[in-house]
Amino acid sequence: MKKIEAIIRRSKYRVLKEKLHDIGVTFFTYWDVTGVGNEKEGHVYRGISYSTSDIQRRYVSIVVNDNFEEPTIKVILEVAATGEVGDGKIFVSDIQES
Amino acid sequence: MELLTINNVWMMICTALVFFMHLGFSFLEIGLTRQKNTINVLFKNLFVITIGLLLYAFVGFNLMYPGAFNGYLGFSGFGLSSPLNAQGSLDLTYNNNYTYWTDFLFQGMFAATAATIVSGAVAERIKLIPFMIFTVFYVGLVYPIAGSWKWGGGFLDKLGFYDFAGSTLVHSVGGWAALIAVCLLGPRIGKFRDGKVRAIPGHNMPLALGGVLILWLGWFGFNGGSVLSADPASTSLVLVTTSLAAASGGVIAFLVSAAIYKNLDLTMFLNGILGGLVGITAGADKMTPTDALLVGAIAGAIVVFAVSFIDRIRLDDPVGAIAVHLVCGIWGTLAVGIFGALAGWKQFTTQIIGITVYAVFCSASAFLIIFTLKKWIGIRVSEKEEIEGLDIHEHGMVAYPDFRLNEH
Repeated sequence: MKKIEAIIRRSKYRVLKEKLHDIGVTFFTYWDVTGVGNEKEGHVYRGISYSTSDIQRRYVSIVVNDNFEEPTIKVILEVAATGEVGDGKIFVSDIQES
Repeated sequence: MELLTINNVWMMICTALVFFMHLGFSFLEIGLTRQKNTINVLFKNLFVITIGLLLYAFVGFNLMYPGAFNGYLGFSGFGLSSPLNAQGSLDLTYNNNYTYWTDFLFQGMFAATAATIVSGAVAERIKLIPFMIFTVFYVGLVYPIAGSWKWGGGFLDKLGFYDFAGSTLVHSVGGWAALIAVCLLGPRIGKFRDGKVRAIPGHNMPLALGGVLILWLGWFGFNGGSVLSADPASTSLVLVTTSLAAASGGVIAFLVSAAIYKNLDLTMFLNGILGGLVGITAGADKMTPTDALLVGAIAGAIVVFAVSFIDRIRLDDPVGAIAVHLVCGIWGTLAVGIFGALAGWKQFTTQIIGITVYAVFCSASAFLIIFTLKKWIGIRVSEKEEIEGLDIHEHGMVAYPDFRLNEH
C-alpha cells in the first residue's frame, strides 16, 4: 500500500474529492494547515502593508493499494496544479499494514 | 407630573442605551485584539462597568455634583441620599425632567466609559491587578472631580466652557489616561521590530463591527440623554446630528485610508464612525445637520492620520483608542467654537482653556497613578505570559475551548 500526501490549495479540495470518488478512491483524511513557501499573500492592516508566505492550505492523506497509486497521483495533478507558484506538493511513502 | 414622567422615561431609556455601550466596547476590543487575550479583555471591561458604578454610588456622584461648592473641589457625602419631601417619599421637585435616581444612574453610566477607553489601549500586555487599581482611582476620583468643573457647575462652567455630552469630560479624560498608560507600558512584543511598524491583526472582525454599531446605537442615549429632558426639538435634532456625524466620519475615514493605503480597511471605517461620534459629542445640540456632517467628516480624516502618527511615534494602541477618543475628543471640543450656534473666537479660546486644563489634570493624575503602580508592583506581564497569552496565564482559562483558531 502507498500513502499519498498532497498539500493543495484549499480552493481545489472540492473538485479533488469529486474526481477521487470518480476513480474509486473513497477513503481519505484531510486537515487544514498553514503552508510556508514561495507564494506570498499581500495584506494591509490599518495602514501597514505586509506580505506573508504563511498561507492556509489543505493537507489530504490518502492510503491506497499499489495499483491505485498512479491514477490517484494523476488525478491530483490534474485538479490541483495551476502552474502558478504555490500549487503544493505530493509525497508518496510506503505503508506496511493497515 | 405627566411632563416629569415623560422626561424621566426618556432619560431612563437613555441610561439603558449608554449602559449597552459597554457591550459595544467589549466587542470592539475583542475583535481588534488576539484570541489568546480575549478573556482578559472581557474581564477588564466587566470590571470597569461594575466597579465604576459602585464607586459612582459611593463617592463619584457626590464628587461630581456636590451642589454649591468652591468650583474646584467639593464633596457632598458618601453614598446616595435621595431628597425626601414632607411626607417622606421621593421629592419629585428635585428636577423638572428626572428624578434623583435617574440623575445618579444616567451619570453613573458615563463614568465607567472613561476607564473603558483605557482598557483598549493597554490591551494584551497590562497586568490585571494594576489595571483594576488604576480604574478604582481614575473612575472613583479623577473622572468625577474633572466632571465637576463643568457639569457640576464648577469653574470651567462659569468660564463658559461647553461640552454637551462629554467629548472632553468623558472621551478626552479617558484618552489622556490611555496616552499616558501606553507611554508607560510600552508596545506589545513584535509591534515594532527592526525599525518597522508591524501589523498585529485582530482576531474577529464581525465582533469589531458589532461593537461599533452597538456603540452607535448607545450614542442615541449618550447624546440624546444629555439633553437632560425629552424636549422634542432638542432630542430629535441631537439624534440627527449624532448619526450624521457618525456616517460622514466613517465614509471620509475609509475614503482617506483607501487613498493613502490603497485598500478598503474595515477597521479604519469603524474607527472613523467612532471618531465622528466622539467629535460631535461636544456640540451635538448646537450644530445644524450640515455642521454635524462637517465635524464628523473632519473627525474621520483626523482618525486616519492619528492612527498612523501614533504608530510612527512608536506608541502601540491596538484599538485606536487614542486616535478616536483623545484626538477626536479634542477636535470635537474645538469644533464647538468653529461650527454651530456657539461658533466664535471667544468660545474657541474658552474651549482651548478647557482642553488644556483637562490635559494637565488628567495626564498628571494618570501619570501619578500608573507610574506609582509601575514602580510598586509593575504594570506589564512577563514576556512569556505575553507571548503565550494572558488568558491562560492571568485567568487559567481559554475563550474558545473547542475551537481551533489559527496562529493568534
